[in-house]
Amino acid sequence: MTTPSALAKPLPHVTPENREFWEGCKQGLLKIPKCGVCSRTFFPPSARCPHCLSAAVQWTTASGRGIVYTFTVVRRAPSVAFQKDVPYVIGSIELAEGVRIPSRVVGCPPEAVKVGMPVTAQFQKESDEITVPLFAPISR
Amino acid sequence: MTARGNTAIVGFAEYPPLRDPGEVTLDHILMNVAAGAISDAGLKRQDIDGLLAGTPVAAQGFMWPSLAASMLHLTPAYLDNCDIGGAAAGGMVTRAAAAIQAGLCHTVLCVTSDVVNTATFHAATRGRHVERAPLEAVYGWAGANAHYALLAQRHFYEYGTTNRHLAKIAVDQRTNACQNPTALFGDRPLTIQEVLDSPLICDPLHRYDCVRPCTGGAAFIVTTAERARALRKPPVYVLGYGEGFANHDMHSREQLTTTSVAVSAPKAMQMAGVSPRDIKVAELYDCFTITVLVAIEDAGFCRKGDGGPFVAAHDLSFKGDFPVNTHGGQLSFGQPGLAGGMSQVVEAARQVRHEAGSRQVKDCDVAYVQCSGGSALSNSVSLVLADRV
Repeated sequence: MTTPSALAKPLPHVTPENREFWEGCKQGLLKIPKCGVCSRTFFPPSARCPHCLSAAVQWTTASGRGIVYTFTVVRRAPSVAFQKDVPYVIGSIELAEGVRIPSRVVGCPPEAVKVGMPVTAQFQKESDEITVPLFAPISR
Repeated sequence: MTARGNTAIVGFAEYPPLRDPGEVTLDHILMNVAAGAISDAGLKRQDIDGLLAGTPVAAQGFMWPSLAASMLHLTPAYLDNCDIGGAAAGGMVTRAAAAIQAGLCHTVLCVTSDVVNTATFHAATRGRHVERAPLEAVYGWAGANAHYALLAQRHFYEYGTTNRHLAKIAVDQRTNACQNPTALFGDRPLTIQEVLDSPLICDPLHRYDCVRPCTGGAAFIVTTAERARALRKPPVYVLGYGEGFANHDMHSREQLTTTSVAVSAPKAMQMAGVSPRDIKVAELYDCFTITVLVAIEDAGFCRKGDGGPFVAAHDLSFKGDFPVNTHGGQLSFGQPGLAGGMSQVVEAARQVRHEAGSRQVKDCDVAYVQCSGGSALSNSVSLVLADRV
């Protein structure tokens, strides 16, 4: 494994617990863990359901639709890797399936982003292993 | 069996914050604040039989309490760190009180030291964030600035809180800092317009809504009420304490705007047998202005959601009708690592002892301390301190 350069984004590692999520993203699908015993969805992926601690972790393909639960506009990049993206919007996206996930809001000027705004997932390849979901306003 | 009033803070010392450490080392700070607190208490090193040492935020911290004990040639019967982020200062009070109550020790030195400037602080937190929150880091998350901005944005949405409300907190605390010679930012008052005009860091937080990481440290000593009464300075009794927790991953929380303070504050006040009305000064952890605002609400000083109008309607300065962060808060004093939170405990003790000089709050017999930390208030410790039991 090569040492990541300062210019490279910090990419998540694929693990046995989250492999299905990252494979889904590569196929343009938002796969969310769902417990086979208590039926609740959860995020992030885990070896056990955090609600009931069952090991029966299954997966459901989410619709990709959600709303912006909250957000911020980053005006000072946290590292050199994100310098060219500034200003950009990050937030907590509440999926229709009931979990919230961190992501970026793209496809509109930062000033247009509002709490409660309906969004839908799109996907961006970062590396051979990692494709990340982003969220954009649903066009009318 | 209640622990109310069984322990007291009897000595404290702070290292004046430094923007840049220069040649100052962790060990230098630790030795000086420890010696200062022991001297302030009128105790000797040999009287200390317990140690709580906060892990330095930007340095190798494994076995830190043992290293700290060794520097001081202590032989503690009880030692530990307090690993709850910025809430460590309050956590040390409760853990010291619990250890004393359990008969493990009688006199606990609580100490933090941190050698950072803005760059090294952010590098350290970024490294941890990438490792523990990869699903945020990949998007260019901006650490605590982003987490608290998300909280503020949601609070604005749910309650109509505004940037002017937040700015008022920064302005009144700066008035307090102008009476504190050790504050990093205490040279001149601030205006609301200056706060609003300062650059946005993470919307809706402007620069003056955010704390400045710096170098420093602090120490205080907790002992039994009986031993406290035998010492030369008035004891600062620990009347009540409580702890609260919220999921460290803020996306896993059911909601954001009611925080762990809503759990810890009632516990502390109930143990102390006081209500918010009895509090003469509130020293509230202030990594950001929004952190103060939600603490005022969740500790019961006003109704949930009314924090904005409340701070607008009250004078939060040391001479006002609702004194908050009379030392300037971390926003104006600086955040010397974990000694940021220590500053709230130390200032409360100073006020209760009537040693606060030109910023002394009149008739300050009961103080409330809010110690907040972790990821957007994942950790909360609330304290009630008083000049009598």
